Amino acid sequence: MQHGKNRFIVGFLAAPLALYALFVIWPFIQSIYYSFTDWTGLSPEFGMVGFDNYSRMLDDEIFWKSLQHSLTFAVVLPLVTVGLALFFAFMLNVGGRRRRGAAIAGVRGSSFYKIVYFFPQVLSIVIVALLFQFAYNPNSGAINSALKLVGLDSIQPDWLGDPDLALMCVMVVLVWSTVGFFVVLFSAGMASIPRDFYEAALLDGANRFTTFFKITLPLLWDTVQSGWIYMGILALGAESFAVVQIMTVGPNGGGPDYSTIVLPLYVYQKAFRDGQAAYATTIGVALLLVTLAFAALVMKVGRRERLEF
Amino acid sequence: MKTTDTASTGLDKTPGSPGGVDTTPIKTTAPATRKASKREGGVLNVFSHGVLIIWAIMVVMPLLWAVMTSFKTDKAIFTAPWSLPDKLHFENWSRAWTDAHMSDYFLNTVLVVGGSLVGTLLFGSMAAYVLARFDFPGNRFIYFLFIGGMSFPIILALVPLFYVMQNMALLNSLHGLILVYIAYSLPFTVFFLAAFFRTLPSSVAEAACIDGASHTRTFFQVMLPMAKPGLISVGIFNFLGQWNQYLLPTVLNTEQEQKVLSQGLVQLAVSQGYKGDWSGLFAGLVMAMLPVLAAYIIFQRQVVAGLTAGAVK
Repeated sequence: MQHGKNRFIVGFLAAPLALYALFVIWPFIQSIYYSFTDWTGLSPEFGMVGFDNYSRMLDDEIFWKSLQHSLTFAVVLPLVTVGLALFFAFMLNVGGRRRRGAAIAGVRGSSFYKIVYFFPQVLSIVIVALLFQFAYNPNSGAINSALKLVGLDSIQPDWLGDPDLALMCVMVVLVWSTVGFFVVLFSAGMASIPRDFYEAALLDGANRFTTFFKITLPLLWDTVQSGWIYMGILALGAESFAVVQIMTVGPNGGGPDYSTIVLPLYVYQKAFRDGQAAYATTIGVALLLVTLAFAALVMKVGRRERLEF
Repeated sequence: MKTTDTASTGLDKTPGSPGGVDTTPIKTTAPATRKASKREGGVLNVFSHGVLIIWAIMVVMPLLWAVMTSFKTDKAIFTAPWSLPDKLHFENWSRAWTDAHMSDYFLNTVLVVGGSLVGTLLFGSMAAYVLARFDFPGNRFIYFLFIGGMSFPIILALVPLFYVMQNMALLNSLHGLILVYIAYSLPFTVFFLAAFFRTLPSSVAEAACIDGASHTRTFFQVMLPMAKPGLISVGIFNFLGQWNQYLLPTVLNTEQEQKVLSQGLVQLAVSQGYKGDWSGLFAGLVMAMLPVLAAYIIFQRQVVAGLTAGAVK
């Protein structure tokens, strides 16, 4: 096997590695460097300014707003999505009528539910955002006219136009579009838990809720944890950018009174609308730190003894 | 992957296999508790069906509503959003397809995703194979360099990347977009396929080597066919990710003629809102939605396996 091994390794790695280095690694390194300059992105000339961008960022009210919104996303969205998904997955797998001889039973038609729940996952986030943008339309959108149809004429919120509601409206859309994925993911994990465990618990007189918290959840912990991180990264990154950018246009972008602006959108605005590329990369570095801190925190808090079964 | 398979099929069949073994625990339970647990099961069953159906309706409703709306006139959309269309206005669809350039967006997307999917699978499997099965200095480092890309926020790299692309004259071109798609799909693809190649037996490759096959030939004629299930999973994952990609083209591909589907829809929403052609927008949305949904329903099991496999591992 030694003959020509090195040439083979180099030959196979060269193209993928070159592509990856040029389009991914190099820009990442550059952006950290640029965050210490006064580069506008428009002219090729720039100088080093040290930590000026960073101190400017700390005084930037809109930065704090977008950081706050992004952190809200990273805390609330995984909590709601993973919680709902665990609930649905438990209902699917354990909520069925008890059959003879089976300790637990899935509901009838569970595969049908799983197919339907997964729909939003295959759709582009753009389609989802545009659909909901129209549903939220205060005058003729689907939600407000449905409220009218059932006689609630007095309750006609401005949804995306209301600074107090807009952020919540955006989060609902992200939850709607991601829950199905986690239901299917957790269902797969639950189905791989051996049935004897449930039978033993049942013999010991445990009801289904004890079973869930004492057996299902601990054995599913690894999947839940990685789901949590995955959802958090989505909520901090591209997914939240798309939803906020499309749904809340506003005069400045990012909703009325910057009520829905998030970090990735702010980076985008600074770089490609305001011609402040260096400052944009500074905010990007802050986003990177937040993402890494989030992942590290979830790993640390969620650390349990690994259960083998 | 295996776990997902059991999830979809195993649930409904469970009473079959353990049935014979489990008659004992039922006999030992007192009749009274059995009755109680049965009733508890009944209430829970109704409750869980109720909850599950409500969410199913919440998922399907917006989609059906969009299909219905795409056949209505603009006036009807605004005056009666929930009523059925008076007749099926197919002209909305033809208007969206030709006047609103949906056909161009489709073509661009097919070209970009086709090119980048082939490239991603080829480059991804080459790198993953070498990293998974050969020992050489720097192996671990390169592997983690690839893996690290999964958790970094793309938007941070996009600012310099825009200028890198500009300098290489790749901005606003489909082939430039293809290269970027491949590069940003590599982390997950390498991660997934490296894990897959590690599980394949090495005896087959050794046999091929003894028979005089070169490393390259072993890879293409022996290992790649063996890795087909993994390639399908990761292929579906990348297909959906690239087909639905929005952030990368929004920044790197702003020329009107080169726009892909996701950008085109946003463009449509902005311009049609301006013209007041909402029915055309909905026709465009449904047009973009239906092929993906149809493909998903047909290849349901493979799609679910492909998308969840990465997270389970």
